[in-house]
Amino acid sequence: MNISMIFYILGWVLCTEAGAMLFPCIISVIYSETTGIYYLITLAVCLVTGLAIIFRKPKNTRFYAKEGFAIVALSWIVMSLIGAVPLCISGDIPSFMSALFETVSGFTTTGATNLTDIDALSRTSLFWRSETHWIGGMGVLVLILTLLPIAGGQNIQLMRAESPGPTVDKFKPRLRHTAMILYIIYFIMTVIEIMFLLFGGLSMFDAVTIAFSTAGTGGFTASNAGINAFHSSYIEIVLTVFMILFSVNFSFYYMMLARRFKDALKNSEVWTYLGIILTSGIIISLNIYKMFPSVKDTLRNAFFAVSSIISTTGFCTADFDKWPQLSRLILVLLMFFGACAGSTGGGIKISRIMVMVKSAVSEVRHTIHPKSVNAIKFSGKRVPTETVRNIKSFFIIEMIILAASALVVSLDNFDSTSTVTAVITCMQNVGPGLNAVGPTGNFASFSVLSKIVLIFDMLAGRLEIMPLLVLFSPSAWKKN
Amino acid sequence: MNIVIVGCGKVGSTLADQLVREGHDVSVIDIDPNAVKKVTNRLDVLGVVGSGSIHNVQVDAGVEDADLFIAVTPSDELNLLCCLMAKKSASCNTIARVRNPDYLSERSFFKERLGLSAIINPEYEAACEISRLFCIPSAIEVDTFAGGKVELLKAALPEDSPIAGKSIMNALGKISGKVLICAVERGDEVIIPTGSFVLRSGDEISFITSRKARETAFKKAGLDAGRIKRIVIVGGGKISFYLVNMLVEYGFKVKIIEKNKERCEFLSSALPSSVVVINGDGTDQQLLYEEGIDKADGFASLTDIDEENIMLSMFMAKSSKAKVVTKINRQNFADIINNLNIGSVIYPKFITAETIVSYARALKNSQGSNVQTLYNIVGDKVEALEFLARSESEVIGVPLSDLELKDNLLICCIGRNGKTIIPNGLTTIEIGDTVVVVTTQKGLNDLRDILK
Repeated sequence: MNISMIFYILGWVLCTEAGAMLFPCIISVIYSETTGIYYLITLAVCLVTGLAIIFRKPKNTRFYAKEGFAIVALSWIVMSLIGAVPLCISGDIPSFMSALFETVSGFTTTGATNLTDIDALSRTSLFWRSETHWIGGMGVLVLILTLLPIAGGQNIQLMRAESPGPTVDKFKPRLRHTAMILYIIYFIMTVIEIMFLLFGGLSMFDAVTIAFSTAGTGGFTASNAGINAFHSSYIEIVLTVFMILFSVNFSFYYMMLARRFKDALKNSEVWTYLGIILTSGIIISLNIYKMFPSVKDTLRNAFFAVSSIISTTGFCTADFDKWPQLSRLILVLLMFFGACAGSTGGGIKISRIMVMVKSAVSEVRHTIHPKSVNAIKFSGKRVPTETVRNIKSFFIIEMIILAASALVVSLDNFDSTSTVTAVITCMQNVGPGLNAVGPTGNFASFSVLSKIVLIFDMLAGRLEIMPLLVLFSPSAWKKN
Repeated sequence: MNIVIVGCGKVGSTLADQLVREGHDVSVIDIDPNAVKKVTNRLDVLGVVGSGSIHNVQVDAGVEDADLFIAVTPSDELNLLCCLMAKKSASCNTIARVRNPDYLSERSFFKERLGLSAIINPEYEAACEISRLFCIPSAIEVDTFAGGKVELLKAALPEDSPIAGKSIMNALGKISGKVLICAVERGDEVIIPTGSFVLRSGDEISFITSRKARETAFKKAGLDAGRIKRIVIVGGGKISFYLVNMLVEYGFKVKIIEKNKERCEFLSSALPSSVVVINGDGTDQQLLYEEGIDKADGFASLTDIDEENIMLSMFMAKSSKAKVVTKINRQNFADIINNLNIGSVIYPKFITAETIVSYARALKNSQGSNVQTLYNIVGDKVEALEFLARSESEVIGVPLSDLELKDNLLICCIGRNGKTIIPNGLTTIEIGDTVVVVTTQKGLNDLRDILK
C-alpha cells in the first residue's frame, strides 16, 4: 500500500469538501442565519488540514487497484464524518450519530432521513443536506480528477472504484476529459431542471435544493411535507421526467451530443430500463386505480412512485405503503433493480440484472443441450466471462451483507417488513421503505447500532461494496 | 496531439507509454480484450476492443480527430489496410509497421501513392544500427545528429584505460574542445557529469563528437579496437538478411550460420555470392571453431531465441576479442542484461518505438514543438534531443554559463551554418542553431524547457 499517496489524495478530498462548504456559508449570508459560522469554522479547519497534506507531494505517486479502492472508501468515510460536523455543532442535529446518518444518507444519495422535524432545520443546513446529494451523485473523486491532474495513468482505478456499474466507459483518451464531460452534462442537466422548477412557481431555494436531490437521485426535500408541499402536478411530472433522465447511463447523452445516434440507440440497458418503468407503471396503475379519483391522477402517482423508486431517488407523493400488496412488492423489487450503470442512481443496476438473467437463461439452455456454447451478449457485444463472474459474485456478496445487516437491525424489534425494507432501501440508496420506514415514516427510532449498520450499508451500496471490503481486509494492508 | 495506435503488443504498449508521457491523447485498438485491458489498466489511454481495420472501431477510438495513426499489429497487410482506411476517413498522418522484405522496395510507393507518412521496418532499422556498430567497433551504441555530422557514441572504458581516474576536465586534453561526455553509466546509476567528474574503468560513457575527432578520442580512452574485416552472424532471419546486404556493400567478409536448410537455400540465392552461408547449429562449438570463429573480429547473434543469443555472445566475448552484437526481443530484463558481458545489445522492438516517437515529435514540431530528433541513449533513462532555435526566447544570445539549466541536463553541441560547435560556458545560442541536449528529464518540447 502506498500510504503517503492515499494521504495525499485525502488532502485533496478535504480541500474539495472545504470548497463545497462555501455554498452553505453563502446561503447563510443570504438568509442572515448564524448557522453559517459553524460551516465556516469547519471549512477553515478542513482547508488548513488539506493544504498541509497536499503541500508535500509524495515521491512515489504510483498506486494500483487496491490503493484506488482504499482511497475511494476512505475519502467517502472522511467526507461523511466532516460533513456531519457542522450539522452537529450548529445544533441543528444535536446527536452526532444522527448527523452522520443524515450526511452519509446525503452523500450516498440515499435520501433516508432520521429527523422527525425537517422544518426545524436552518436553511443553511437544509441546503448543505441537498448539496451532499449533488456531490455524491457523480462522485467526489471524479470531481477531483476533473480539476487536478494528480495521478498518472493509475487514476482510472479511482474512477473505477467510485463510478457505479460493472465497467467504466471512457469517452476520451484522457480520463480527465471524460470526467469533465460527465460533470458538464451533469451540471447542464441540473441547471435545466432548476429552470423547469422555477417555471412551476417554486422559490429559488426550493428549486435548487429539489434539483440537487433529483440530480444526485437522492431524495432529501427541504420540508416535512416534501414534494406534496408544492401541490402541483406540473412539478410532479417534471420530477418524474428528470428522475428518469438522471438515472440513465450518461454515456447515452454523450453519444447523443457526439452525434453518434446509432451507438446511443444501441444501448440496450436504457431501453430495458424504460421498458421496466413502463410495465411496472402500468401494472401498478391497474392495481391502484380505485384509490384515486381520475385516471390521470392514478397514472401520475403510479409513475411518480415507480420512477422515484427505480431511479433510487426516493421522493414520495402518495403513501404507497397503503397500496395493495402487489404494488408494494413491485416497488420493493424495483429497489433491487436500481438505475442504469454510469448514472447517478444506485441499486444493483439494470445492466447487472440483465447479464444475470441472460446467464441464467444460458444455464438452462446448457442443461437442455449440454454441448451448446452460449455466449452472453449485451448491447450487441460479448460480455467477457470474467465480467459475468464478477457480477454474480457482486450479487452474492450484496445478498450476504443484506442478510447480515437485517439480522443486526432486527435487534430493534421492528416488524420484519420494516426491518428488511429498511436495510434494502439503505443498501440500494433509495430512501423510503415500507411500514415504519415508509413514505410517512423515518429512521429516527432506530438504535445507534442499527444506524451504524445502515450507514455501512449505504456506503457499501453507493461504492458497490468492493472499496469498503478492500479497506477493511487486512491482506490489502500487509507489506507484501 | 490525438494519436491512435492499432496493436497492443510490445511495440504498441511501449509506444503508448512513451506518447502518453509526452502529453499526447492516446487511444489503443486491439482485437484481444486482455491486451487492451493490460494497457488501459496501466496507462491513461482509451482502449477499444476490435479489429483496427473496421471503420466503426476506428471511429470509436477517435480517428476522426486524430493527428497521427500508427498500425503495429503483427500483420503487414493489416497495418497497411488500417492506415489506408484511417487516411481516407480522417486524413491524418499514418505510420505502418511493414516488415516483409518483399515490401522493402515498395516503400516509396506506399509513401507517395498510398499516402502513408512513414513505413517502419523494425528489422531493417535494427540492421542499420548493427551495421553502424560494425563500422565503429569501439562503440557500443551509435546514433547520429545534424544529418549525420555529429555522432553520439557510447563506449565502455576498459581496465587499462589511460583516462580512468582522471576528471573529465583533465582527461581529454587537446581534444577537449571536440569531444563532450554527456552521460556516464556506473552500475545502475546514470550520471550527467560535470567537468570535475572523475571517470573510472568500467564506466559506460556516452559522448558527442564529430566524425573527425572520433578516432583520436577512442585512442585517448584506450579504446581503439582497429578495423573489422571478418564477421560471423548466427541466425539467418530478416535482420541478418538486411544486415548482410549492407555489410557486403561496406566491404566486410560475412559468414552466416543458419539451422534451417530451406532458409539457407533462400539466403544463398538471394544474397551476393561473396557471402558464405553455412547450414548448421550455431550453438555447436565444434562447428563454430570449424568455421574459423577465432579468426572473426565481428560477431552477431541474431537467432530468434533470446537465451541462445545471450549464451552465444557470452561465449564469444569470453573466448575472443571480436566485436559482439546481441539481439534481444524481450525488454523486461534490460537491467540484468546490461550487466552481462555480451557486447552491444540491440532491441528491435525498442528501435521501432523510438523511431515512431521521434516521428511523432517531428510532427508535433510542425504544430508548435521544436524537437527535431530524439534518442534514448541509456535504456530509456536518458534522452538526447535535437532542438531548432526558431524564435527569440530567453535562451537566445545568453552565454551558457549564465543560463539556469535544469538539473541533469547538458547542452552537448550546437550546429550553426553547417558547422558543429561543442559548446563551453561562453558559447551562446543564436536563432537558426540546432541544439543537442542530453537529459534525464522527460517530455521536453521546446528549447525554452531546458531552463529551470
